[in-house]
Amino acid sequence: MSHRTSLGLDNRKMAFWAFIGSECLLFGSLIATYLVYKGRSVVGPYPHDVLNIPFTSISTFDLLMSSLMMVLALAAVQRNDMRWAKVWLFSTALLGIFFLCGQVYEFTSFVHEGLTLQRNLFGATFFVLTGTHGAHVSVGVLWLLTLWYRALRGKLTAANAMTVEITGLYWHFVDVIWIVIFTVVYLIQ
Amino acid sequence: MSETRGWRSWVSTTDHKRIGQLYFYTAFAFFLIGGLEALLIRIQLAKPENSFVSAETYNQLFTMHGTTMIFLALMPLSAAFFNYIVPLQIGARDVAFPRLNAFSYWVFLLGGLFLNSSWFVGPLFHAGSLNVAPDGGWVGDANLTERQFSPGVNIDFWMLGLQILGISSLAAGFNFVVTILNLRAPGLKMMRLPVFSWMTLVTSFLIITAFPVITVGLVLLMFDRFFGTHFYVASAGGDPVLWQHLFWLFGHPEVYILILPAMGIVSEVLPTFARKPLFGYTVVVYSGVLIGFMGWGVWSHHMFAVGLGPVADSVFSATTMLIAIPTGVKIFNWIATLWGGQIRGSTALYFAVGFIAMFIIGGLSGVSHAVPPADLQQTDTYYIVAHIHYVLFGGTVLGLFSGIYYWWPKMTGRLLSEPLGKLHFWLTFVGMNLAFFPMHFIGLLGMPRRIYTYSPDLGVAKLNLLSTVGALIIGISALVFVFNLWRTRRHGAVAGNDPWQGATLEWATTSPPPVYNFTVIPTVESRLPLWRGEHHAPMAPLPATPPQPIHVPGGSWWPFVTACGLPVLALAPLTHTLWIAFVGVAILLIGIYRWAFEPFEV
Repeated sequence: MSHRTSLGLDNRKMAFWAFIGSECLLFGSLIATYLVYKGRSVVGPYPHDVLNIPFTSISTFDLLMSSLMMVLALAAVQRNDMRWAKVWLFSTALLGIFFLCGQVYEFTSFVHEGLTLQRNLFGATFFVLTGTHGAHVSVGVLWLLTLWYRALRGKLTAANAMTVEITGLYWHFVDVIWIVIFTVVYLIQ
Repeated sequence: MSETRGWRSWVSTTDHKRIGQLYFYTAFAFFLIGGLEALLIRIQLAKPENSFVSAETYNQLFTMHGTTMIFLALMPLSAAFFNYIVPLQIGARDVAFPRLNAFSYWVFLLGGLFLNSSWFVGPLFHAGSLNVAPDGGWVGDANLTERQFSPGVNIDFWMLGLQILGISSLAAGFNFVVTILNLRAPGLKMMRLPVFSWMTLVTSFLIITAFPVITVGLVLLMFDRFFGTHFYVASAGGDPVLWQHLFWLFGHPEVYILILPAMGIVSEVLPTFARKPLFGYTVVVYSGVLIGFMGWGVWSHHMFAVGLGPVADSVFSATTMLIAIPTGVKIFNWIATLWGGQIRGSTALYFAVGFIAMFIIGGLSGVSHAVPPADLQQTDTYYIVAHIHYVLFGGTVLGLFSGIYYWWPKMTGRLLSEPLGKLHFWLTFVGMNLAFFPMHFIGLLGMPRRIYTYSPDLGVAKLNLLSTVGALIIGISALVFVFNLWRTRRHGAVAGNDPWQGATLEWATTSPPPVYNFTVIPTVESRLPLWRGEHHAPMAPLPATPPQPIHVPGGSWWPFVTACGLPVLALAPLTHTLWIAFVGVAILLIGIYRWAFEPFEV
């Protein structure tokens, strides 16, 4: 990976920024769909009937903390401190798993309260938007656990710092998107 | 590790030149299939109240004709040149991500086969007919595509096939953005970049921003069809117009994805055969970039008939007329490039000049749709069909043929026959004008598009017959071209490095180039490195053999394996079988992990 590049930026990192740009349009379209259909459901449950802001605040906090862990993991890999790198990588993945568990709980309780994909436009837009985000978190967790496993086997070193940095870009992006979703869906009802 | 002969070497190749050839032959095959569909449509319309094909089959023919030409023929033919020519033009050994490049191709091939398999698999779905091809039009308007109105698998094939193809385009988009920004030879500043590479860059940015939007539109449709949501169902509060917004937010940038590469090709061909630098290079480049930006602000001109209100109509009418300005600027620059040049009338130049003339006609009818009151008369008539064909056939296809005649000697080492090429050009030119020009009148006289037959009382029978004759002439021209390709394999004149005295880097290496492209990476000192400029001598010839050993990446099987996971995954919703989804995901995961961890040095 020691190639000279025209702009001095690593190829993979540049590709990943382009990918994030593309993902912004994906989530942008989903969020726009949510906003366009806001208040247009013809039957309940409506957002204020089911959304549990205290609970989701906790899982939002959990995801924000996972971004902190990610920063610490990258810093540890960059200084070749693999003992702490393993700890932080695993913590990031674990907080991601907690977030997913929270989402599973939330989805289940919504379904029990009668909100399904088919029920109304709120259900359809809510589940597709937050579900797409959850799928992104799941991919991130798988990615982080893969790095953690390779670190355990001694195959992840400071030479792979760029790989961890790109993982971090992805993870922070997914986190930022959640902040937007949390604001748009939960806080501004 | 990397084999050079036999089918195994092609499946595992990561060489941009081989992938470019794979793109070319595959896309050209789809071009012929799409053309065959067009001929069947024209035979059906040759006379009033014809019954050559049934209404159902007719719906499938025009849907697959549009979908095939746009997603399986024109975009990938452009991609063939992105692959083959761009790394050569920027003085690189390969693209930034060779395996991702192979993945793009395999996804494109498998997605294309998936879509086209719908012609033959009706019995498997107990459909009562052999062909269950998509039948909702290439724009797939909701709520026609809802399960209620399209209960069969036809729309499923379309929706899933387009999602697969989107992944191919996105992967290629990321790859070429990085390749062009980051892999340029020393001294090749952005404002020295050949215009074709510039337009590839703009196109790649459009791809990576536009495809996520249609993906969302298709995902919402998928949820409506498979999981009973009501995104596009008005009775549940949903809105079919949302589909149109998402589709055209993608669809208009897509028009520029189709035309900008052809504009890039023409901007290479004209200077070479006029023996003059491109007139106003900077303005041509900035116009291309501006078109890319403005292409995002015009989508609702496809939706004037929806009734979005006077404010929206006025705004989109104005932006649409504005976008004609950078386009017009380009046209004047091309004409000025020819002015006073030492013109050599090669086939490539014929097609390039044909492109300018035909694209002007398409552009003018385009401006006439920018006026909402006029557009309301034209919407969904053959006038629109005339416009789209002047732009995409008169524009993109002529531009691509210009590129084929121009770069074929670089790709194969042999020149295509010029007399056959000229015959091909004149047949194409006469055929397309006979086929598409009468459609302006057919439309204005009131014949709607996407209707399988018409009444003799409409008074368009003779014009339709003329159009069919034109289509048959285009068909004959394609046969002449295929014969030219076949003949050139053995009998074409040997090209040498630079048969046209071109100015850009691809002509500095051998034809076809060695696997490592350049024996030494050239250093670029001007915009036209092979020509003598006011302050620059032409670049010195490259050494015949590499002075130092060059690392060439070995091939990989994993892009192909990973690509196979996608159509398998798509079979799950198509057949309503959950376990197939797990198989698809397993193939994807195995492919991705082996890909990520195999030793592969770029």
